[in-house]
Amino acid sequence: MATHTTDALHRDPVAEADELSFQDMGHEHHPEGSTMLGFWLYLMSDCLIFTVLFATYAVLGRNYAAGPSPKDLFDLSLVAVNTAMLLFSSITYGFAMLAMEREDQSKTQVWLAVTGLFGAAFLGIELYEFAHLFHEGATPQRSAFLSSFFTLVGTHGLHVTFGLIWLVVLMLQVQQRGLIVENRRRLMCLSMFWHFLDVIWIGVFTFVYLMGVLQ
Amino acid sequence: MSGASGHAAGHGHGDHGHGAVQGHGSFKDYVTGFVLSVILTAIPFGLVMGDVIGDKLITGIVVLAFAVVQIIVHMIYFLHMNTKSEGGWTFLALIFTVTIVAITLCGSIWVMHHLNTNMMPMTADDARHAP
Repeated sequence: MATHTTDALHRDPVAEADELSFQDMGHEHHPEGSTMLGFWLYLMSDCLIFTVLFATYAVLGRNYAAGPSPKDLFDLSLVAVNTAMLLFSSITYGFAMLAMEREDQSKTQVWLAVTGLFGAAFLGIELYEFAHLFHEGATPQRSAFLSSFFTLVGTHGLHVTFGLIWLVVLMLQVQQRGLIVENRRRLMCLSMFWHFLDVIWIGVFTFVYLMGVLQ
Repeated sequence: MSGASGHAAGHGHGDHGHGAVQGHGSFKDYVTGFVLSVILTAIPFGLVMGDVIGDKLITGIVVLAFAVVQIIVHMIYFLHMNTKSEGGWTFLALIFTVTIVAITLCGSIWVMHHLNTNMMPMTADDARHAP
């Protein structure tokens, strides 16, 4: 340190500052803040995708083509169970983040696993519902209402599927490398993604299911 | 030297970490958010399934209002949204998104509603002989 300081006296301070910041880029992990803001912007753009799908459903959702209407198809108690699954998974992910803050790796893993199970239960119920609809002949080809319904709800389901894959991959990473800075950052990104999907689901169950059955 | 700069950078992270988007809520925050969400979900489901209000239009408006409140609750307690994180940039991005969402949704519904009401129902034969 001391020798370095005397050495620095003979050098151009600007050049040295440049060199230092360059070293910083190379050796340090990149600043946490930028990742979170970037991921937030991704979520906002994802939100716009869902907005367009919601708008499509709002426009086409009443065109039944003499086919089944939401009232004939939707089972609200099933949707309520599904909503509960996603809500439970949200709070268990929150507990995983709290365990991560305490550097408690095994607790983090347990809560992540519980989150994954709730997420899988949500997907299972949704697939069961879709299978039921298909069985009744309510396929996406049947009417504009069903096309827009399957596109909107299916896109949300796909997001949950990829969230689950991400969750499993992160659990393996944490198992192998522990709660290192990189893994913590990844877990925080998935946390935002997971809670964001729950926010979208609020829109889905209100706009598609509840208001669909009301009409 | 690089150790000193690393230390400074580490400080930067620490300052950023708390209160930013990635700053986590407390146990109390999560439980509060969860309890509020359960209430805000159960009431609209109860209203629709039990047909409590009777009037469909009013029920629809009430259900939508509950959804808006629940989305705000999720934003605050689960996504830890506030006006100061990332120097206000996340909040600015959110406001921008909400604006676009409102324009897209309201615009689509408004335009297509008028299109539906103003277009006369027409068969292919009518269309051929239209003036």
